[in-house]
Amino acid sequence: MKNEMTYLESVHRDGRIWGYTLFVLILAFPLILCLIFGAVPEWSAMARALLSVLPMYWAVGIIEIFTYIPMLGAGGSYLSFVTGNISNLKLPCALDAMEKANVKANSEEGEIISTIAIAVSSIVTTFIIIVGVVLIQVSNLGAVLEAEVLKPAFDQLLPALFGGLAVVFVSKNFKLAIAPLILMLALFIFTPLTSGEVGIMAPVGVLFTLGIARILYKKGVI
Amino acid sequence: MEFSVNHPILFIMVAALILVVLAQSVYFLVRAYRRALQIGMQKSSLKKTIISSALFTIAPAISILVGVVALSKSLGLPIPWLRLSIIGSLSYETIAAGNTLNELGTEMGKQITSASAFVTVAWVMTLGIIVGLFLTPLLAKKIQKGMKKIENMDKKWSEIFTNAMFLGMISAFLGYVFWDFSSVFSGKTSALIPVLVMAVSAVIMLVCGLCAKVFKIKWITDYALPISLVGGMAAAIPITNWLG
Repeated sequence: MKNEMTYLESVHRDGRIWGYTLFVLILAFPLILCLIFGAVPEWSAMARALLSVLPMYWAVGIIEIFTYIPMLGAGGSYLSFVTGNISNLKLPCALDAMEKANVKANSEEGEIISTIAIAVSSIVTTFIIIVGVVLIQVSNLGAVLEAEVLKPAFDQLLPALFGGLAVVFVSKNFKLAIAPLILMLALFIFTPLTSGEVGIMAPVGVLFTLGIARILYKKGVI
Repeated sequence: MEFSVNHPILFIMVAALILVVLAQSVYFLVRAYRRALQIGMQKSSLKKTIISSALFTIAPAISILVGVVALSKSLGLPIPWLRLSIIGSLSYETIAAGNTLNELGTEMGKQITSASAFVTVAWVMTLGIIVGLFLTPLLAKKIQKGMKKIENMDKKWSEIFTNAMFLGMISAFLGYVFWDFSSVFSGKTSALIPVLVMAVSAVIMLVCGLCAKVFKIKWITDYALPISLVGGMAAAIPITNWLG
């Protein structure tokens, strides 16, 4: 029992140490830029720009914490909130890995598989970007990546990702999936929501589905 | 020091910071792997997780790289490299950088020439994403404890609870695919592109599932998600040429 406690507890302990260290380093980065270039920000432009992005992004950021941490598990959360690209990469990767390994998200095995999937995904992403940055410097990779021919493929990443993922999860939880699917289709088709709002709609979908799940569970449907 | 958006010192600073982030991932990977063996999980299943996660990541990572190229026109390479390797996502960083550039009286695509404009953009991009970085260490343990509490009260409900969260998120992204759908009726066929791409990806996933079941090709299921992702993206090219 004590051993079991130790792993999760130590993940939290180490996660906090890494998390706060990176918080300080990342915040120090623009400060060091100011120091080495002997430059100060253009305060009024900065204030106006912050006013235009902060309220929205901080609100979304706070909501994301509560939505994604339960799904990502402990280790996965500490990694994901540092390396980013959660909904378009880390979470689908972890979900698929847990599904394939046949482990439950709320078990210790689930915690481990999710952490491994997200860590590998972060490492591979970092490497691909490093190699890419080097190649952009020494070759015309930049131009190739921006070629008109390839643009549609990158533009359609999310539909291509969620089409496959949905088949797996919707087919396994069909009864539970109907209501949220109808709601989200209706919301996106019949209201002026645009593609940029999916970040806010994800938590809405999560809360709504939890409500529906509770009702169906109480009624014994699922 | 004389300023340039691609100053070597910027590359060095960014590389150092990214190395620390990489170290964190490696650290947690090793910890999780060791723990997995300790509690008797199969090495082969861990290996599968590692390979399929790595394969699945390639296409999205390249699309992130495309974002780096796009942002590098105004900001040089180092800052977009950092910002898209750590937190952030292309949509956020583009808006944060774009808004700041507008406030500075310039625009996206034009290279920044003054150090003060450069640090202004860097501050806005950093402060915009800092909230998750600060709150995760503060709240992750409490949130996980809450989940544990639900589990201890009712194990079955706790499983449904996590499944419901997954489905809620997936539904939102499926809805998002239809965001412009209503304009199809006014003749804008390009609004159908994401819908068809999603359909292609879903069909590929179904075919993979069938292959696994009917022809007993088990390995296909392990790579079904990367296959349907890349298949969908590839299909987007002819579909866009047709409807775009």
